[in-house]
Amino acid sequence: MKDSKVSPPTGGGEGGLGFPLWEVFVRSKQGLDHKHVGSLHATDAAMAIENARDVYTRRQEGVSIWVVESKFITASNPDEAGELYEPAIDKVYRHPTFYELPDEVGHM
Amino acid sequence: MQEPASSKIENNSKESESLKVSALWTYTLHLADSNLILAQRNAEWCGHGPILEQDIAITNISLDLIGQSRNFYQYAAMLIGDGATEDSLAYLRTEREFKNCLLAEHPNGDWAQTVLRQFLISAYQFLLYEKLQHSTNEQLAAIAAKALKEVTYHQRWSSEWVIRLGDGTEESHQRMLKAIDELWRYTGEMFMPADYEVAAGFDVALLKDDWMKKVSSVFEEATLPVPEKVFMQTGGKTGTHTEHLGYILTELQYLQRTYPNAEW
Repeated sequence: MKDSKVSPPTGGGEGGLGFPLWEVFVRSKQGLDHKHVGSLHATDAAMAIENARDVYTRRQEGVSIWVVESKFITASNPDEAGELYEPAIDKVYRHPTFYELPDEVGHM
Repeated sequence: MQEPASSKIENNSKESESLKVSALWTYTLHLADSNLILAQRNAEWCGHGPILEQDIAITNISLDLIGQSRNFYQYAAMLIGDGATEDSLAYLRTEREFKNCLLAEHPNGDWAQTVLRQFLISAYQFLLYEKLQHSTNEQLAAIAAKALKEVTYHQRWSSEWVIRLGDGTEESHQRMLKAIDELWRYTGEMFMPADYEVAAGFDVALLKDDWMKKVSSVFEEATLPVPEKVFMQTGGKTGTHTEHLGYILTELQYLQRTYPNAEW
């Protein structure tokens, strides 16, 4: 019945009261990947799943939920966008568009 | 769970037939009323929940219960005939005509009391609908099958809260103890069948053992004691309610009674 035993929160959160923030990802019925839909507060993973079900799937948004405590997500720094992403702009050879498939292979 | 006792009724006179039908719609009304009154209580939390996610959770539950009550009211209206509709049954009956369990009309109290009330009732509804979905009465079986999924979640959600508050801080534990003290005396009524329940063929007393097992296991995990030897209040199923129901119906029925047949 339960997903996991109630485990103590991983410290911190809302003034040390153990009510940390979780990021929620939902996969729609036809989808292949879980998309980020928002965040919520919960004391532990089981409650986070239930809260996500209550808040983010009540309009049939999806059939699968992932929750991750926000502190476990590391995000890239927007100020570093130049060095991280611009060098890829003029490297067209990285795209798989130059190989000609033989007819015998059919559709890939 | 007994099946409807049609094979045991030797005398198939019109009288016994109409008695069975009236027992059936009275029983259906009891199921509808319990859902509606509990839904109304839960809805009082709307905008006042302790935190956003729980405000949404409790009002979701309220909506689920209203949906279930509508199904039961529509069926009861059909059985009663005589121009009865789901609206006339919900909005135009008075306190003594309502057949909900006393536990449903009890005040919300604090969050601990609300989640405990939900757990005690949801555990009962889960067992009830599990049996009812196999009833020979197709309408009730269909309603129960659909409601069972919703109630499975209500039981899960509320039991998780009982565990977290019971096995939580000193304050939350005390609040749970107080809630048990407040509500326990109304739990017996759920398993004492009214005459119409027996006549309609549903022996709700058979559910009590499984209910106690479930409640005991959750209470144990929540480090909460199961009360013993408590006198059980009854009366709701036969229309003898606490004074709370009057206030609930005043709010619920105000609009329809002030502006009869209002629509928008």
